[in-house]
Amino acid sequence: MSVPVSWYLILAVALFSVGVFGALTRRSGIAIFLSIELMLNAGNLALVAYSRQLGDHAGQMVVFFALAVAAAEAAVGLALFIAIFRARRTIDVNRINLMRW
Amino acid sequence: MEAAVFAVFAATALGSAIAVVAHRNPVYSTMSLVLTLLSTAVLFVLLGSPFLAALQVLLYTGAILVLFLFVIMLLNVGRERRLPGPVPAQTWVAGIGAVVLFGATARLLLEAQGGRTTAPLSEEFVATRSLAELLFSTYLLPFEVIALLLLVAVVAATWVARRPSADEEKTP
Repeated sequence: MSVPVSWYLILAVALFSVGVFGALTRRSGIAIFLSIELMLNAGNLALVAYSRQLGDHAGQMVVFFALAVAAAEAAVGLALFIAIFRARRTIDVNRINLMRW
Repeated sequence: MEAAVFAVFAATALGSAIAVVAHRNPVYSTMSLVLTLLSTAVLFVLLGSPFLAALQVLLYTGAILVLFLFVIMLLNVGRERRLPGPVPAQTWVAGIGAVVLFGATARLLLEAQGGRTTAPLSEEFVATRSLAELLFSTYLLPFEVIALLLLVAVVAATWVARRPSADEEKTP
């Protein structure tokens, strides 16, 4: 028995919602970043599911590029965390208020 | 058979995703995310995309999350301390928001789906060859742009994370 594509979509939406909850509630910068990766992964899953349904490779190509962008984003984001940690000795987002009004 | 594999790995993905968000220790969060990404890779195989599954394992869990672990150890990030007092309002708002988001989006997607059926997997769809042909013909320009983006990101990351020079430190 084959699994309907809508199940994959529901799973992707659930993973995305968990990621949104994490990004809004966690206070450690690294944990927020991990939640964002979770959301990215959920988006990838939905794209691959639609690619399967439509029998078109375009969705898979978008996921391929999203993976590369995620790698670049992780490198730059983690470098920013290191720079912030050097300057302020913390990556708790409640205490990084440099750009807050 | 396919349904059983889907059920096991979907449950693993969802459970470890919740663990990512719930754990206060960042190392445990990262390892749970590894589990989520690996189960997603299995789901990619089920969806007829072994190439992306391999990329997911190699690139995501192999490279990006190792980078996360390195930074966590480098910065010696400890457990997130629990705020004193009752559960903050922010948590409630975020929880309700996430549930509403899930309900609304799931309903929209299901309605758009409307009992559409999917053709069985064909040999040609699963083959990595067809992806490669697309990548080096239709998607050649984005491919080159991505290469440039990665180069820029590496240069920027090393510059941002460098140790500031002595005169920079005096004038913050």
